[in-house]
Amino acid sequence: MKILVPIKRVVDYNVKVRPLSDNTNVDLNNVKMAVNPFCEIALEEAVRLKEAGKVSEVIAVSVGKSDSQEQLRTALALGADRATLVETDALLEPLAIAKVLQKVVEDEKPELIILGKQAIDGDNNQTGQMLGALLDYPQATNASEVELESSSVKVTREIDGGLQTLELNIPAIVTTDLRLNEPRYASLPNIMKAKKKELNVVSASDLGVDVNSRTELLSVELPPSREAGVMVETVDELVDKLKNEAKVIE
Amino acid sequence: MSVLIIAEHDNNGLKGATLNTLTAASLISDDVTMLVAGHGIDTAIEQAQSLDGLSKILKCDSANYTNAIAEDLSALVLSIADGFSHILAPASTFGKNLMPRISAKLDTQQISDIISVESQDTFKRPIYAGSCIATVKSNDSVKVITVRSTAFDAATNTNSNVEVSDVDAVDCAGISTFVSEELAQSDRPELTAANIVISGGRGMQSGDNFHLLDSIADKLGAAVGASRAAVDAGFVPNDYQVGQTGKIVAPDLYIAVGISGAIQHLAGMKDSKVIVAINKDEDAPIFQVADYGLVADLFNALPELESSL
Repeated sequence: MKILVPIKRVVDYNVKVRPLSDNTNVDLNNVKMAVNPFCEIALEEAVRLKEAGKVSEVIAVSVGKSDSQEQLRTALALGADRATLVETDALLEPLAIAKVLQKVVEDEKPELIILGKQAIDGDNNQTGQMLGALLDYPQATNASEVELESSSVKVTREIDGGLQTLELNIPAIVTTDLRLNEPRYASLPNIMKAKKKELNVVSASDLGVDVNSRTELLSVELPPSREAGVMVETVDELVDKLKNEAKVIE
Repeated sequence: MSVLIIAEHDNNGLKGATLNTLTAASLISDDVTMLVAGHGIDTAIEQAQSLDGLSKILKCDSANYTNAIAEDLSALVLSIADGFSHILAPASTFGKNLMPRISAKLDTQQISDIISVESQDTFKRPIYAGSCIATVKSNDSVKVITVRSTAFDAATNTNSNVEVSDVDAVDCAGISTFVSEELAQSDRPELTAANIVISGGRGMQSGDNFHLLDSIADKLGAAVGASRAAVDAGFVPNDYQVGQTGKIVAPDLYIAVGISGAIQHLAGMKDSKVIVAINKDEDAPIFQVADYGLVADLFNALPELESSL
């Protein structure tokens, strides 16, 4: 059984992103880039399934500029067996990424595709579900537990107010939530070994997919800022302010 | 322009976020239709019939939609989607799960999590955990949109007898089966619907210590939330999580206890009307967004707060 794990290169979790001074986009000059945290969780789950003997191969795939190879090397160091970059200089929207991934899936024929539930740049939360629709595969989003069997996968999902468990026929799509697992760190020997693993680069234009943007980004601004408040000295003062000044408690 | 809303409900009643979505829809067009698909949904239909700004209700009462399985519900939506210029749902786990499937099948790029309607094709939405707000114009002929419920008021319900028509169920794809559901039982209000929320962070030190928040929540009629750090540390379940990757809340009063105020947490609560921060670190970033800040050891402050309420 094969698992495909899409990996996205995004701004590091700790970077505070700001708009460019002309407000045409966000300022990504000289910021640290990393693997999207939810993609790391997806990869970790795939590697654990391989370690448990349920899967024979884990393939990482990224869609983006040439520098996404860095994140694919990280994926290889974390346990992916091989990687493919579908290279494009265009900044692709989720629908276009899903169409590219559809081609990769049709070529690789993995039994399971595990993706992050969202990327922390656009916060769209779309790609996995779109891929599911394009392939007519079943989906389980926001997974907190994955049990893989030979012809099905049982997934517990985090939904508003609790948990839902679904059973999907495979091939299937799973997207990861935070509590699915805690990803490992890449060890130095594994980082060295990753340099020798296969990293294939194909051009997005060769796949014959329409990747044109459907939306226009008109502007990017800072959100309205909150006025700084006051510091109180005691709990009594706090309660008094909440009752008599803010009038939010009785 | 005509808008289709996919109602979120629990087969008994409409979820609150559906009413906020209706308000967003009304800003796009005054021709708004709502699809209520589920099983045993008469109460939800009655509620929908009283909603202001709604022109028509489509009802599909079928066991196929009891659990709102995305594969099957998206097929139903696609069977009736013809003629609508916009398709909207709340940006809850329900809408996030469902809408991209519809969007991909219609070959349109979905606009997720809108916080304002600028025009019929232009919307504002937060990106990078709300660090920035993007204004996005859609050039697709059909717009598929999820709506951040805290950014729009709930629709009012002084209407009566909005017209209902039945629609036929679509055969299930049979590739996905519902196994079980485990919903948290609580007498407290739901996080996203509560007027007051009290949340704990890593500073709570353990899950047991959350009882300090519980007793205050009970006195205030508040919901209890948590930061991602507290969830990651295993103190509380993920459905407590407020933030970029959890729930977005905007109550009248938000009390952040032992929460440092990472941008990812602020993304989930900074639209609250009044924010209180209790933290022993006076340099914690949470104080920069708080209306009232108290530098104190939470293990002293919380019991004191409880007894003074």
